Amino acid sequence: MNTALPGGIDCDVHPALPGMSALMPYLDPYWQEQVTVRGIDGLDLASFPPQMEANGRRDWRESGAKPGTSLERLQRDALDGFGSRLAICNPLYGVLAIYNEHFAAALARAINDWITAEWLDREPRLRASITVAAQNAELAVDEIERRAGDARYVQVLLLAQDEAPLGNRRYWPIYAAAERHGLSIGVHAGSTFRHATTSNGWPSYHLEDYAAHAQAFQSNLLSLVHEGAFHKFPALKFVLIESGFTWLPAFMWRANKTWRGVRAEVPWVDRPPGDLIRDHVRFTLQPTDSPPTGADMERLLEQIGRDDMLLFSTDYPHWQFDGQNVWPAGFSDALKRRVLLDNPRNAYPRLKEALQ
Amino acid sequence: MTPQDGHTIAAAAPSPTSRARLKLIDCDVHHALRSSKDLLPYMASRWHSHLEDFGRRRPVPFTAASPYPKTAPALSRTDSWPPNGGPPGSDLVFLQEQLLDPYNIEYGMLHLLMSGMDERNQDLGNATCSAINDWQHEHWTQKDRRLKAAIVVPGEDPPATVREIERWAGNPDFAQVSLVTHAIEPLGRRRYWPIYEAAAALGLPIGLHSSGNNGHAVTSAGWCSYYVEEQHNVALSQQNLAISLVCEGVFERFPALKAVIVEAGFVWVPSVAWRLDQHWARMRGEVPHLTMKPSEYFRRNIWYTSQPADEPEKPEYLRQSLDWLGWDRLLFATDYPHWDMDSPEQAFKFRMTEAEQRQVFAENARAVYGLA
Repeated sequence: MNTALPGGIDCDVHPALPGMSALMPYLDPYWQEQVTVRGIDGLDLASFPPQMEANGRRDWRESGAKPGTSLERLQRDALDGFGSRLAICNPLYGVLAIYNEHFAAALARAINDWITAEWLDREPRLRASITVAAQNAELAVDEIERRAGDARYVQVLLLAQDEAPLGNRRYWPIYAAAERHGLSIGVHAGSTFRHATTSNGWPSYHLEDYAAHAQAFQSNLLSLVHEGAFHKFPALKFVLIESGFTWLPAFMWRANKTWRGVRAEVPWVDRPPGDLIRDHVRFTLQPTDSPPTGADMERLLEQIGRDDMLLFSTDYPHWQFDGQNVWPAGFSDALKRRVLLDNPRNAYPRLKEALQ
Repeated sequence: MTPQDGHTIAAAAPSPTSRARLKLIDCDVHHALRSSKDLLPYMASRWHSHLEDFGRRRPVPFTAASPYPKTAPALSRTDSWPPNGGPPGSDLVFLQEQLLDPYNIEYGMLHLLMSGMDERNQDLGNATCSAINDWQHEHWTQKDRRLKAAIVVPGEDPPATVREIERWAGNPDFAQVSLVTHAIEPLGRRRYWPIYEAAAALGLPIGLHSSGNNGHAVTSAGWCSYYVEEQHNVALSQQNLAISLVCEGVFERFPALKAVIVEAGFVWVPSVAWRLDQHWARMRGEVPHLTMKPSEYFRRNIWYTSQPADEPEKPEYLRQSLDWLGWDRLLFATDYPHWDMDSPEQAFKFRMTEAEQRQVFAENARAVYGLA
């Protein structure tokens, strides 16, 4: 057992929408009719097929039910199971992948109403990410403004494989709204399938797509650095969720070296990319993609060079570890304490306020 | 600088005299056409008029410019333009004087940054690849036996590729088969397997130099804006390429096949392998054709060239990366004459033992390419 350090903030749990019928009470009459007449349902992201065991741990699954649909199970397995004082809900329904941006905005609003009524209002330990239609920044900002008054919403949720790399200016109005309201930007693994899941085209296997999320996150970090997003929004934290983090040192070395050679192209980037990333970007714990031994992990943590970058997460109900073994080998108790509480509080201004 | 792990860290470059005695194998040397007309003598006359009337068609927006303008003309060092007026890498004598002789290079593995593989007109692509190989043979490898060419192939047409490989079979001037890495499909996909079968049968490694255009966005999150991003993103795409070769089962079907990933770095390899092992453990039912952990294929079938050698914040981290990677995996490369080339004296900012130097600077490459 290594739940000896309870009281943490679980920065990635996934309440799942059972199906479109659960959203009907939250859709306006027009969209209720559209959804019914056209039989629209099944918008779970192809990046996370619910039937895969990796997306619903066997002992966290109710037979016949989509994993993550039960509040009672989430309370028991995730909150009580790890003694967490808070958990942040990241719903992964496929709003960001919808081509009709009006429909996406209506669904985003409905998802947030559903999260508010059926999760946040029923469990005081829950916090949530705002689902937005990032297809259109104006519509996304409307939704952020609508939720900003509810302090239980702590970040805006985007996907790592979207239409454009996330430093692109089309996303800046979203970042401005988030910064204004003390929200962070959560970037979760997953693709809207606007592009092949690798720049070499479409792989055959889910395993390859899943592994490739790491390269997508790295492309996004390059974009955020070089488009100048970290300079434009200095108070904003970007939280990479379900990204893995053991690739970070090697990535930063290459990014730093490339920037040294080519920095004249991006004169606004006045510090090495690794320094900017260390100041502005945080990573959830799971999956850890651990090296072979705890000693290797200690070396890797030293290379990361900061103890404030990792945020506790279980990724419930996804299967990233067995039993209660949420901590990879090589984490000291002091680091665990930071990862559990201090780091999440510092990554989410709204949690810092709430827990003072 | 303080040694942290018991190894001596070189505060300055190692003495040139010790390295000068070592013969090097440079696994990424760029020769170049003096003019696109250089290939015409090796192409049927129909292509002469075709090229004049229609030109080449590649999946890029501009007729001649790179979609991401490089940091220097021809991507090259300003001092590498030959005195006779051709582009960098186009003059054998100057390449000998500037690279092969001063660095005591025993073998230089040639990678031409031009292929017919991403030409959209497939017949033209096939003719271009054949012409490139004839030209390389006549003007480079036959004139300097230190230089070894790669068989440039039209990989999107596997039967034509197999014919081209077999045309050069047994010719010691050709040490590997070169594929464009931004292929239309990930290179582990089945359509490319006849190429691997032919290469494996002849004992030729597959050389995978970051190159080409396939019409896909350069990141899985779309098109980036800047060359500073694109340059790093092509290396990230090589990570996806390695994942593809391993997960699609290429090395299961062709266990003796060797893949050499060129100019994509190497410090990323351990973390990619760790990640694959972790998720393979949960998804292995999807890929029952894999009989080993993904990391084991990396350790058995893939090698990496060194340039651009990564520069961690503390030099000794590079030694840790090599310990994780395996010292037998790394092949030294200069990338001459490109702007970001590595010189053997300065590529690695930590001191290697004599034995480690022999491995990285020559013996690993000698084994991979079967050089005398």
